[in-house]
Amino acid sequence: MNEYLIKLQDATLERQGRTILNKVNLEVRTGEIITLIGPNGAGKSSLLKLALGLITPTRGQRHSRGDLRIGYMPQHMSLPDTLPLSLKHFLQLAKGFQRSQLQSACQRLNIEHLLDRPMQRLSGGELQRALLARALLSQPHLLVLDEPVQGLDIAGQSELYQLIADLKDELNCGVLMVSHDLHLVMSATDRVVCLNGHICCEGHPQTVQKDPSYLELFGQSMPAHLVPYTHHHDHVHTDDCLHDHSTPEKPADQESS
Amino acid sequence: MMWLLDALLAGWLLSLMSGPLGSFIVWRRMAYFGDTLAHSALLGVTLGLLLDIQLNLAIILCAVFIALMLASLQRQHLIPSDTLLGLMAHTTLAAGLVTLSLVDNVRIDLNGYLFGDLLAVDRQDLMAMAMGAAAVLFVLSRIWRGLLAATVSEELAQVEGYPVARLRLLFMVLLAVVIAGAMKLVGVLLITALLIIPAAAARPFSQGPKQMALIATLISMFAVALGLWLSYHFDTPAGPSIVLTSAMVFVVSQLLKGRAQQA
Repeated sequence: MNEYLIKLQDATLERQGRTILNKVNLEVRTGEIITLIGPNGAGKSSLLKLALGLITPTRGQRHSRGDLRIGYMPQHMSLPDTLPLSLKHFLQLAKGFQRSQLQSACQRLNIEHLLDRPMQRLSGGELQRALLARALLSQPHLLVLDEPVQGLDIAGQSELYQLIADLKDELNCGVLMVSHDLHLVMSATDRVVCLNGHICCEGHPQTVQKDPSYLELFGQSMPAHLVPYTHHHDHVHTDDCLHDHSTPEKPADQESS
Repeated sequence: MMWLLDALLAGWLLSLMSGPLGSFIVWRRMAYFGDTLAHSALLGVTLGLLLDIQLNLAIILCAVFIALMLASLQRQHLIPSDTLLGLMAHTTLAAGLVTLSLVDNVRIDLNGYLFGDLLAVDRQDLMAMAMGAAAVLFVLSRIWRGLLAATVSEELAQVEGYPVARLRLLFMVLLAVVIAGAMKLVGVLLITALLIIPAAAARPFSQGPKQMALIATLISMFAVALGLWLSYHFDTPAGPSIVLTSAMVFVVSQLLKGRAQQA
């Protein structure tokens, strides 16, 4: 039936003797939105890079469908001030872009009026939409989004999540994204993967929310919209949690954001 | 006077290459990297003399080799990147000076290598530079979009399917060609200045990347002409005069920018 777009098998990533990711298994299929959540330093971005094929796992394997086209929205885009680049220039850099697609992507994301604006002068939200537009230009089978809603207010966040869900249906693609907060993405997510150096738990958002290791990472349940980012501990273990939580190590004060 | 015309032509051919490539160096924040490559040119001269191969070729080969070594060292993250570049830039320069002094059977005009020697530019050099410029511009026009995409975001470019590693290598080779061409004109110590100052001066007047490369080229050509004239008139060294002239253009461009922002 529905074949995978990309698949990671027991992917382990080590850097300078430290284990960033430990035996991660992940599959993304067409029509499915997978959200990665986890504290800072949990290896979310590294996992995305493994999935994208930007880095190769130290051990384990990555498979992808042969003709896979990926639309990628990076977390950061820091352009030097010395580079005069309008939004239009930026979008035209997309490999194999077509004029008609550029137009429809800009319409879809409502950034037509910004085309002549220098990239450096786009606001946070405008830049997010610009990056998403560039990701759409290749007509991707798979969208990979690294914290797509960062820097947006709550209303903007749920709007963008809704847009991503809509785009998934329009393009008939798969989506793999990183998020900081489960509650806002819940309605637009089919499967949540909770990461902290390894996969702690995964499944349907409602299920994951009740999972002990999720609660351990993200705190006891509170009213959804009030849940702050509460994981100041680095791991108290409950009885049903036998796996190793020791990597990656980080000082407690770096955690919250 | 003929030598002055030859020097002018050589300088303009160089500007055709250094305008666009200098812009990329500025965009990619690679000024120190350019320094390292430029300094490696001295090592290239030694190599050429020792192995008795064509000097320009030796310089290009040496610069590409140093660039590859640098890239692999950077990937290992042993020390911070700026420390590594500072270390390499000056080590290659010192190594060039030491090894050159060891090749004692040839009379060497060290000053000429360090600060340029316009009198040494002959017709053969001009031909070589014309061919070099044509080749560099041809290759650059072919890889322009990919190179720019990788400059904006290497990861994004790679995901989209641009051959990022190959582009990076090609860029280094192009840079090596420019360095070989620039050595006689301005000398290894000032090559980076000739690459980055016109580009920096062009920035305030540019609305797009191509426009900036073009304006940088024009500024560079202007600086070469005025610098050579000043050097001839006041009997000052040509390379430094050219660099000083482009620095003056840079100052003027910043003043104009300031005024434009106030208005």
